[in-house]
Amino acid sequence: MKAAVIVFPGSNCDRDLKVALAQSMGRDPDMVWHGDSQLPPTDLIAIPGGFSYGDYLRAGAMAANSPIMREVVKKAAAGTPVLAICNGFQVATETGMLPGALLRNAGQKFVCRDVNLLITSQNERFVGGFELGEVVRFPVAHHDGNYFADTDTLEELEAEGQVAFKYAGADGELTAEANPNGSLNNIAGIYNKAGNVLGLMPHPERLISEELGGTDGRRFFDHLVNSIV
Amino acid sequence: MTEITKEIVAEHGLSEDEYQELLRVLGRVPNLTELGIFSVMWSEHCSYKSSKKWLKTLPTSAPWVICGPGENAGVIDIGDGQAAIFKMESHNHPSYIEPYQGAATGVGGIMRDVFTMGARPVANMNALRFGRPDHPKTRHLVSGVVAGISGYGNCMGVPTVGGETNFHSSYDGNILVNAMTVGIADTDKIFYSAAAGVGNPVVYVGSKTGRDGIHGATMASAEFDDDSEEKRPTVQVGDPFTEKLLLEACLELMATDAIVAIQDMGAAGLTSSSFEMADKGGVGIELNLDQVPMREEGMTPYEIMLSESQERMLMVLKPGREEEARRIFEKWELDFSVIGKVTDTGRMVLTMQGETVADLPVAPLADAAPEYDRPWVKTPIQAPIRGEDVAAPNDLGEALIKLMGSSEIASRKWIWEQYDHMVMGDTIQRPGGDAAVVRVHGTGKALAITTDCTPRYCFADPVTGGAQAVAEAWRNITATGALPLAITDCMNFGNPQRPEIMGQFVGCIEGMKNACLALDFPVISGNVSLYNETNGTGIHPTPAVGGVGILKDLAHMTTLAFKEDGDIVLLLGDLTGEMGQSLYLREIEGREEGAPPTVDLAKERKYGDYLRAMIEKGLVTAAHDISDGGLGVALAEMALAGNIGAELEIETDLPPHAALFAETQAAYVITAKPDDVEMLRGFALADDIPLHILGTIGHTDLKIGGWLTISLGRLRDVHAGWLPELMAGPGSEQE
Repeated sequence: MKAAVIVFPGSNCDRDLKVALAQSMGRDPDMVWHGDSQLPPTDLIAIPGGFSYGDYLRAGAMAANSPIMREVVKKAAAGTPVLAICNGFQVATETGMLPGALLRNAGQKFVCRDVNLLITSQNERFVGGFELGEVVRFPVAHHDGNYFADTDTLEELEAEGQVAFKYAGADGELTAEANPNGSLNNIAGIYNKAGNVLGLMPHPERLISEELGGTDGRRFFDHLVNSIV
Repeated sequence: MTEITKEIVAEHGLSEDEYQELLRVLGRVPNLTELGIFSVMWSEHCSYKSSKKWLKTLPTSAPWVICGPGENAGVIDIGDGQAAIFKMESHNHPSYIEPYQGAATGVGGIMRDVFTMGARPVANMNALRFGRPDHPKTRHLVSGVVAGISGYGNCMGVPTVGGETNFHSSYDGNILVNAMTVGIADTDKIFYSAAAGVGNPVVYVGSKTGRDGIHGATMASAEFDDDSEEKRPTVQVGDPFTEKLLLEACLELMATDAIVAIQDMGAAGLTSSSFEMADKGGVGIELNLDQVPMREEGMTPYEIMLSESQERMLMVLKPGREEEARRIFEKWELDFSVIGKVTDTGRMVLTMQGETVADLPVAPLADAAPEYDRPWVKTPIQAPIRGEDVAAPNDLGEALIKLMGSSEIASRKWIWEQYDHMVMGDTIQRPGGDAAVVRVHGTGKALAITTDCTPRYCFADPVTGGAQAVAEAWRNITATGALPLAITDCMNFGNPQRPEIMGQFVGCIEGMKNACLALDFPVISGNVSLYNETNGTGIHPTPAVGGVGILKDLAHMTTLAFKEDGDIVLLLGDLTGEMGQSLYLREIEGREEGAPPTVDLAKERKYGDYLRAMIEKGLVTAAHDISDGGLGVALAEMALAGNIGAELEIETDLPPHAALFAETQAAYVITAKPDDVEMLRGFALADDIPLHILGTIGHTDLKIGGWLTISLGRLRDVHAGWLPELMAGPGSEQE
């Protein structure tokens, strides 16, 4: 399997994502610079967290217009799986690959902590390694993770099984306390209609070993790699 | 041309004597640009003129020290051809005036100091001091400083893994913002600042130069008065995105061998960086200021040389390597400009529009920098306060609850949840423990990092307080199982021209020196911040210590959390019952009095070395040193971290409140498997080390037989609640 990690000026989780993918794939992903207009042949495109272009204008807005993203959007439309984490999720909504927007956190502050996530859909490729209704733990670290979409879009996302993860309590209860940023319906991650693009605010690449405090992220990547191979 | 009058000299913060010395060195009257350059080079901030005499007495060497004080940061060997490079620096004055930008640019500046030397920053820490919690400015300052640190560090993608925060009225008018960065480099790829090679190009990279921050270094060398807030324009504005690009571009260029010398432009900007590079290399430098990338038109030589615009670097390259370097900086969309060359004249010559605008001798100017032996008086010693001298509380449990929810002990989670403390994927121990533990990327070893100082001890007895700051850093590193290697310090004091303040400085240095020697824990970098006074009232003396240690194998690491039902709880060390300057005395009795607890460095060394050896043998399941709030608070913190209670019995001749709340030094609470206790005791006995069994872990209460029983839920509520409640309090400002 081959994977490509997109690197923008200001990306800062690119190395973490590379390490997590390499651990599960057994080989390094290609690191692709934002100014390139061609993607190498790849089975997975990963857009990492960070502050692409300093989050100037709006988080993800400038990255969405970079040469490489035109290519990513094309590949996504043709069915290549895309994993967009944190700033990557923001970029994906700015390109229109995913619906909705990520607003400033309801608490107005940056928030970095582990969160519990309820698996709310059955997308074999991305979350087939987890049970529907299972609660997993990934960390969040963001200032703009407050998911917003209009009512029709929200209803459609829920009805079509496009909501991937929801912020939850330890037993899966969807409470306001479990929601770190004010996201509508406690939404932490969503798929596009075709189900080949996943955007999520939490960082699975940060919990990939017992030393780091958890392995749910490892399970996520192991399954993703297996399902693509 | 501006005539240099007495008023202009005074506005530049130079004394009459200093100006006369300037005339002697120069042999003529300086022009305004030259006066500006002299004034910043000779400012307290850049010249260390009041502190140098005493700083020289600190131990700075050890077999593992590669580079001690004097460079951008200190360097230690951590084995396998790798080095840890670190420093702590203050950004106090700007942070009080403009908390967000002041703190942000403090973080940016210290990271530049570290990556200038070739290291990738891997961890940020901070040591913060604010005024009393109910002071009208405190909430505004806390929220601004924390947001500033968060905004800069998070964007850089360097985890902020811990620190410390105190609140005390002595900081009402002068908060302290000390930022520390630790980086990792290969030992054969460390970069220094001495310019060399006559004819080599001098290159400017990074952001453009603007009119911001002019005279920041001079501001940081004076007391505050009622008009200080008008100094806001002297605070710089940070751009972490540009710094992230600068970091990546510098590291990319450093992977080649094109760089001869490199220096970041921090305080006093282009002046300080070019002077230091020329002085260290014993050469001259010629700069054409027309080539300096400028943000706005019409800037004068004076403004260009004194600007403290952020995210800039000065480098000397090998001849002919300019284009290769330029390509890298252009890839990262940064300015790159050859602005001059190295000369053999020993002079710094600045030209602009074909005219010479300054011509100064480098070595004489640096050598003639004033150095003062300021008068000082010893701080009067206070009498110790024993447990018997302090009334027992009505209820020991309520006293512990009160301490756990007090400003000094309450959880700092509200702060560190705003810092990305996990990015880079190597944070093994997150904030909230004794020390942060950060894995060296791609290896099984790690660095343990901590910042420590107990200012109330330093105020009561500077010698003891200085020693305690170093000892506590050493203990915190030891408690993780790591071997402490070296420290950086940030010496925050009031006005050194007052003998009692100078006496605090001299005393703290003496205590630190003693502890550094006894613990093999040298000082490898640091910074001094004086004049932390407002209208004649100084801060508590605050020699903040940043310590770094090495954990050779992550398999031998402990945390402070209670682990499993049935583990045995032990006290390593003896309770002394000294109550002077304890938080108990302050929070329960409302008294800030007495001698601080004795620091016995021989015991520190012996008990700490024992603990580390036991951790390495795998005999210890949790460890936590005793500090603020004493044994009672240490036990409560361990129980909360593990979410498990304990049933304990403390046998002592001391009054219970003294046993529980005296801040005994050289002591730890540890836990072990029941089967390992005999082995632990055997090793302790052989070395004559006191080890007392206190009880067993289990259930959901902290129970100390005959003294107190408290549910973890209640402890957690008070401990977690204090800071969020303060920050949400009535009238709090919205960000």
